Amino acid sequence: MTEIEYPTTRESSCPFAPAATVREMTRDNPVGKVRIWDGSTPWFITRHADQRALLNDPRLSIDEKRAGYPHMTRARAASAPHHPQLITNTDPPEHTRLRRTVNAPFMVKRVEAQRPRIQEVLDDLIDDMLDGPRPADLVQAIGLPVPTLVITEILGAPYQDHELFQHTSHVLISHESTPEEAAKAGQAIGAYLSELLDRKTAEPGDDVVSEMAARVVAGEMTRPEAITMANAILIAGHETSASMISLGTLALLRNPDQLALLRDNSDDPKFVANAVEELLRYLTIVHSGIRRIADADIELHGTVIRAGDGVIFDLAAANWDDAEFPEADRLDLRRPARRHHAFGYGVHQCLGQSLARVELQVAYGTLYRRIPTLALAVPFEEVPFAMEGVAYGLKSLPVTW
Amino acid sequence: MRIEFDEPKCVAAGQCAMVAPGVFDQRDDDGVAIVLDATPGPERFDEVREAAAVCPAAAIRLVEA
Ligand code: HEM
Ligand code: SF4
Repeated sequence: MTEIEYPTTRESSCPFAPAATVREMTRDNPVGKVRIWDGSTPWFITRHADQRALLNDPRLSIDEKRAGYPHMTRARAASAPHHPQLITNTDPPEHTRLRRTVNAPFMVKRVEAQRPRIQEVLDDLIDDMLDGPRPADLVQAIGLPVPTLVITEILGAPYQDHELFQHTSHVLISHESTPEEAAKAGQAIGAYLSELLDRKTAEPGDDVVSEMAARVVAGEMTRPEAITMANAILIAGHETSASMISLGTLALLRNPDQLALLRDNSDDPKFVANAVEELLRYLTIVHSGIRRIADADIELHGTVIRAGDGVIFDLAAANWDDAEFPEADRLDLRRPARRHHAFGYGVHQCLGQSLARVELQVAYGTLYRRIPTLALAVPFEEVPFAMEGVAYGLKSLPVTW
Repeated sequence: MRIEFDEPKCVAAGQCAMVAPGVFDQRDDDGVAIVLDATPGPERFDEVREAAAVCPAAAIRLVEA
């Protein structure tokens, strides 16, 4: 059998849907294989039930330093041996220990306390957009600035640095930047965070970097770990939330009945919260598969995954698995969607998920209520998607009102 | 219904506290879950079952009578 190349390209007829070949595998070939950039053929798990079982199975490891680990890209494979121990490359019990050292600022109640501030940020950005020219690019006006401002505050970067911070991080994550520009921005952010760590060691505040600085002083974390972690939070929390805000808006504009439903229920927090879960499910922006390596032989549907084999979990496939979500290709803001895998599943499930939820609840709950006439300023077919990368998104979203 | 919580497994994602706030909370210093009510009343069964189902670390086990 010839394996499909992975990540696969989506059909342009529906850019929101996982590739048809992937959906076929969910139906007919639940323990299949795909071919990745280095020619290797890791196992490919697409069913919701199988992902739930395996992503919590201690026989699967996220240790990216092991031979046979199915790396995302050549660059990742090259840098993996040099990474310090992080939550993103360790298994329990080490993972549990590390994750608990960085978790406090992302707790539900800490994040809920940020909600009024996030609302303020969003209202200001909407005011600015409405005062500016039409059409506007929603990615630049709302999508990117919301997570930038939120993460800047969570990390504890002082307000006067926020322009620099915003500019540098945009270059870093923008699909339009060259690799050289991105590398330069990466170094600038690294230097900035290192200096921020020093400042927060001397004068701690109520923020993530101060918390990590205290842990460095207490010997619970090394300095490079703290800087790498701050950087990881910045990157992981940025593009993802930005994509969700812009793509979610586009998906709603394509489904006007659902947009109307959301607009009419904007003041019902329960409705908005479920709408966020459904958009997370429907869009599943982390679309290049999360990766693990088998520690021991694992039997699944009569097939044996051998110790040392790579395994890829396609989250979008599980979220479009009709066995779990009937008529999965329909965006249905009323369906129970909370068990989606958009944030992954198992111990590595997204650290920032509560924060992302609040950002998206505020964004979706506010945007269409305040701009009820929001409309695309170009034909749908001309909206430029950014499909490369770990998460997919939009290069721009021209809107008018 | 009795809740059995396997604390060493908890990755402090707080899903439980979000879904069933009266039954679970998170410890202030690291976010590890705290069971506020290990034998919740029937009016809470649905949300507690949902909490167990969404817990990404499978740290919540329910012993149903
Ligand atoms: C809608 C927005 C987001 C989506 C869809 C998303 C998605 C994901 C997914 C799928 C994983 C699991 C990776 C794996 O298992 O290999 C993950 C992990 C992670 N995410 Fe997110 N994320 C989002 C927002 C955020 C935010 C706002 C932050 C931080 C501020 C963040 C920080 C992290 C970190 C640090 C991890 C690694 C956790 C671990 O390995 O223990 N993410 N995210
Ligand atoms: S949902 Fe599970 S992992 Fe998350 S805090 Fe609750 S018990 Fe811990």
